[in-house]
Amino acid sequence: MTQILVNILLPLILAPLLLGVINRTKAVLAGRTGQPLLQLYFDLWKLLHKGAVYSRTTSWVFRAGPMVGLAAILTASAIVPLGETSAPLHFAGDLILLAYLLGLARFFTVIAALDTGSAFEGMGASREVTFSALAEPAFLLGLAALARLTDNLSLTGILGGLTWHTWAASAPELAMAAAAMLIVFLAENARIPVDDPNTHLELTMIHEVMVLDHSGPDFAFILYGSSVKMWVLGAILVQAVLPASSAGYEARLAICLAGMFALAVLVGVIESVMARLRMIRVPQLLVAAIAFSLLAIILVLRRP
Amino acid sequence: MNELIDALMVLAVLLNLRLLGSSRLASCIRTVAIEGIALGLLPLLLAWNQGLSGRLVFLAVASIVTRGVVFPWVLLRAQRNANVQREVQPFINYPLSILTGVLTLVLSLWLCSRLPLPQAPQMLLIPVAMSTILVGLLVIVSRRLAISQVLGYIVMENGIYVLGLTLVQDIPALVELGVLLDAFVAVFVMSIVTHQISREFDHIDADQMDSLKG
Repeated sequence: MTQILVNILLPLILAPLLLGVINRTKAVLAGRTGQPLLQLYFDLWKLLHKGAVYSRTTSWVFRAGPMVGLAAILTASAIVPLGETSAPLHFAGDLILLAYLLGLARFFTVIAALDTGSAFEGMGASREVTFSALAEPAFLLGLAALARLTDNLSLTGILGGLTWHTWAASAPELAMAAAAMLIVFLAENARIPVDDPNTHLELTMIHEVMVLDHSGPDFAFILYGSSVKMWVLGAILVQAVLPASSAGYEARLAICLAGMFALAVLVGVIESVMARLRMIRVPQLLVAAIAFSLLAIILVLRRP
Repeated sequence: MNELIDALMVLAVLLNLRLLGSSRLASCIRTVAIEGIALGLLPLLLAWNQGLSGRLVFLAVASIVTRGVVFPWVLLRAQRNANVQREVQPFINYPLSILTGVLTLVLSLWLCSRLPLPQAPQMLLIPVAMSTILVGLLVIVSRRLAISQVLGYIVMENGIYVLGLTLVQDIPALVELGVLLDAFVAVFVMSIVTHQISREFDHIDADQMDSLKG
């Protein structure tokens, strides 16, 4: 019971902190002091106390977008286990539900952006859809490779079944699946090689541009939703890379959380040393992720 | 040892994909050099359990030096002389070439499951060798620059080398040295030809050679 509560509440509480760690890492590497670690919590608190402004040209779709998006992402966070234990929601095939819950959240963000009728937001929506159409096969094929490797169709079983033994027997496949997941993680969360989270009102941004017209609590929902989404995808990546151990539950949970914050530091380092790719090179990066996933699944299928 | 050979084969596949996906000539040349070094280590790993002989080590070193040092040196010089940095517009664009590269691996895996091959020590060796040959062919037909086509030839040669290593357990040293010399002379002559083309026409776009016909 406590395990289930921890599994539900911990992502909800800690998700915005992940972004704080990323920003702090970037600040330290650039020699700045940087914003407070808890900045996103302050932002959310401030936004929740503001009123929302709705344009007269928008319909109910625009108002529903942030709420449906947040609801879908929160449901998705219940499917992902934390600390290699049973997730609150698990059944055979739940990885497909996870992928399409994230897809649903994206769909509502996109149609809410299109609903405003602004050309700029339409541009962002078109980019988001183009790139996620390439990121999704990479994500699903990578998960399929892991599922075949562990002979399990639920995320709980997959992430709990990747042990030292699996790593020793099939390191190249796992490494390639993890590389594909890392690229998908960066692309889906609008991090640097694909999108620059620092820029506003720039012609090359993707995710920011779709939420420009949301204000107040709606914008808070969007910010919170994207931080939980980062936690969900990060938790899958971290637990796929870290082999499951037979240690006690608290130890596994601590290792998993340490892994999450190590991932945040890694993202901060990547953002500090790399520049954003040119727009036309992004599909190439995502196709590379698809190639990684495809190779992983081909090699996994070859194993007797 | 088997895991190491498998990992080396996966590395070769990834390097092939990198060659297909990268437009900078210098990085393509380096990729092919790394692949040459990695595949040059293969005979040593294959013979590790039976014990290494001096002849084997000599051949491996000769192969690594030719593929990993001499080829890239000759090609980088040719590239500097021709003064081109990147392949601008290949016939097949880069994302599609990467996916085609994965497809060649699928094709070779399927082919190998149907061919009456002798029992190879590693299951990945022959498919990866075949897909390397196909990737080399793909580079030759899909790129415009003469240097890229030379790279395709070297990759094809790498694939044939691995295939020969796997199918024929013991190649006489004389034959192997002869093959190495052939490849070296071919690359050398091709780089000289590239140089001549670039001096004569101010470009090394092999596609434009068609318009020279009288």
